[in-house]
Amino acid sequence: MRLPPFEQVVADHGAVVLRVCRAVAGPHDAEDAWSETFLAAFAAYPRLRPGSNIRGWLVTIAHRKAIDRVRAAGRAPLPTDPVPEPLVPCGQPADPDTALWAAVAALPDKQRAAVAYHYVADLPYAEVAALIGGSEAAARRAAADGIASLRTTLTGQEARP
Amino acid sequence: MNTADPTMNTAEEHVARMLRSGTDAGQAGQLARLRARLADHAAAAGFLDVAYRTLDTALGPLLLAATPRGLVRIAYACQDHDAVLAQLAGRISPRVLRAPARLDAAARQIGEYLAGQRASFDLPVDLRLARGYRRTVLTYLPAIGYGRTASYAAVAAATGNPKAVRAAGTACATNPLPLVIPCHRVIRSDGTLGAYAGGTEAKRTLLDLEAAGHTAG
Repeated sequence: MRLPPFEQVVADHGAVVLRVCRAVAGPHDAEDAWSETFLAAFAAYPRLRPGSNIRGWLVTIAHRKAIDRVRAAGRAPLPTDPVPEPLVPCGQPADPDTALWAAVAALPDKQRAAVAYHYVADLPYAEVAALIGGSEAAARRAAADGIASLRTTLTGQEARP
Repeated sequence: MNTADPTMNTAEEHVARMLRSGTDAGQAGQLARLRARLADHAAAAGFLDVAYRTLDTALGPLLLAATPRGLVRIAYACQDHDAVLAQLAGRISPRVLRAPARLDAAARQIGEYLAGQRASFDLPVDLRLARGYRRTVLTYLPAIGYGRTASYAAVAAATGNPKAVRAAGTACATNPLPLVIPCHRVIRSDGTLGAYAGGTEAKRTLLDLEAAGHTAG
């Protein structure tokens, strides 16, 4: 078994990693986070064991890059961006995802990471827990709390009793 | 995919779906821009081991690939570009990206050649995909000038191995750089064309093109 050309990796996983970056780094820093993640992945790619879970590997790199960025900035972990300005170029419909990413940005760090890695990247809870620390059950709970909170924010519905 | 969570209500499932697949129409353009930027940064950092692009020509789409040393592979569509890229990943490095900039000169010169405006190529080439006698043959082939042909037997003799007619044929058949290294100018001793990586029709087209240019020029 051999590693596929990296171009194939970008084609297969570029979009989902961009969504993970939007969730974890915030919409404003998502492009830089994506570029850092893929450049680091590209450099390290020949050392990846063939047959590895490539998406899990990319998300791990994205996670470490997010931590590095936070440390470099000397701020609280995974800072929340202010709600993005609703301005859109003339003639363009507002991006329905704008509200989604703003709501994700407002989640507590652990919930945001759990939501990003489980619901956006589709990683199993065991892998999510390995990334964010704590137990698998805690990762599951953080993701569920995050989704419930997003539901409330996005639909205006109260959380279920 | 995530299995349905029985504790989720419909609204939460909707949120989960939005997170997973999204609706933003601008993402395709954004990704194209990010991928181009990745190729630029990787090349600048010195670890873009294989850059490639495709070039539309009268002979169909050609795959052009280059290492930092030079042009390393040209492939016709009938050779299956995806399979060729997988071979390059295995034999050279998996750090393969679509990155047209490194192929600008090759694409321009091949375009000029196919338009009858260029008789020889001035490009750095990387012959690492050919070894031993095959490489000796490939290094010799440009000596067969534009508009001329030579037999497999003549090539074998010219490369010091008069009995290696079959090996000379194999060297031509496995030429990693068809067009630029002119294996199409090698034909059978009876005057028939013999095989070609791009198909016999492509070989005929190239020889006709060169014959026209040769008599005119």
